[in-house]
Amino acid sequence: MLFLLYILLLSLCHRAPAIRLPSNNSKTPFLLRSKASRDSETMATKEDVQDPRIPKIASSIRVIPDFPKPGIMFQDITTLLLDTEAFKDTIDIFVERYKGKGISVVAGVEARGFIFGPPIALAIGAKFVPLRKPKKLPGKVISEEYSLEYGTDKIEMHVGAVEPGERAIIIDDLIATGGTLAAAIRLLERVGVTIAECACVIELPVLKGREKLGETPLFILVTSDAA
Amino acid sequence: MFAVENGLQGDPRLQAISDAIRVIPHFPKTGIMFQDITTLLLDPVAFKHVVDIFVDRYKHMNISLVAGVEARGFIFGPPIALAIGAKFVPLRKPGKLPGRVISEEYELEYGNDRLEMSVEAVKSHERALVIDDLVATGGTLSASINLLERAGAEVVECACVVGLPKFKGHCKLKGKPLYVLVEPSQLDEVTF
Repeated sequence: MLFLLYILLLSLCHRAPAIRLPSNNSKTPFLLRSKASRDSETMATKEDVQDPRIPKIASSIRVIPDFPKPGIMFQDITTLLLDTEAFKDTIDIFVERYKGKGISVVAGVEARGFIFGPPIALAIGAKFVPLRKPKKLPGKVISEEYSLEYGTDKIEMHVGAVEPGERAIIIDDLIATGGTLAAAIRLLERVGVTIAECACVIELPVLKGREKLGETPLFILVTSDAA
Repeated sequence: MFAVENGLQGDPRLQAISDAIRVIPHFPKTGIMFQDITTLLLDPVAFKHVVDIFVDRYKHMNISLVAGVEARGFIFGPPIALAIGAKFVPLRKPGKLPGRVISEEYELEYGNDRLEMSVEAVKSHERALVIDDLVATGGTLSASINLLERAGAEVVECACVVGLPKFKGHCKLKGKPLYVLVEPSQLDEVTF
């Protein structure tokens, strides 16, 4: 009888779910870590609680040294796009943040902003406005110049694509020096649009791009110390 | 093959899509009636119709890879890829993709251009869809098919929002079927 009870107890223990605590591997260099903007007053932020989807998103991004030129550690999001779960999670996080917030415009910076912007726009019911390199958009455009390391470049937007008083978010895959995003902000503000936030998958904080954005808040999923 | 030839005759979504596309005459040069899809993107309902029609067609075709041609293919490809659970692979102008790439040259009216793809993006025998906003000569799509086949993928179909009428019926590109939503819009469409 006791023996039978003992066998019964053993079998119950084997059915009990194992509880695994997350391992803390401090030996792994953690170049990419999550970050949520703390300086947005209009959006709810997740503060210090890390969204559990972020580590997978971060680890799906490949870093390529010396591309496009020596010394640059290129943050390659094409590997994120190959990971269906990570790509979906990336879009979901942005959609959860911006849905129902009165955003009627999602502006995406050519070309990688064209990958992330439209799925967000579709999910929140906003229009998608491409911000393009010069001479790509047909018809009437307005353009804004910005500085590069050597020389300047321009981004363009269609006249009439947005209306004064609309609320917009600006999307790009990455913010480095902030030059492109600052130009995008100026372009939209010139026609009376309010930029609720800039949103990027990756920030390179060492390049201080955030400082170029003035009053416009910035929301980021991962940061990288590689620059 | 156009959508109207394949079960969507009379579907009001196709008219809405067509109406939302703006025609810009003589861009990028004299004689070209440019089909501007940016006005479609400003109409969230019409844009969603485009994605819905493609998703309905491809979601049960076991497609694991959607390749989009830079840059307007980047706008239509990802929403489709996300909805059907496929990966998105950008096909880019030279020098933009890091890592190991293969490239394919194709003809323009004057001169040539090249398209590149990351070799690591594709697994052998994957079923792939190629997306672009518009097909005219078919040069870009043919180069895209070549890239994917060289990497071992099986191209199931090429899909475009707009296509010239010559692509009606069972017209194929490099032996692959082509699926198009609408013919080019005419100049008297509403513009802003």
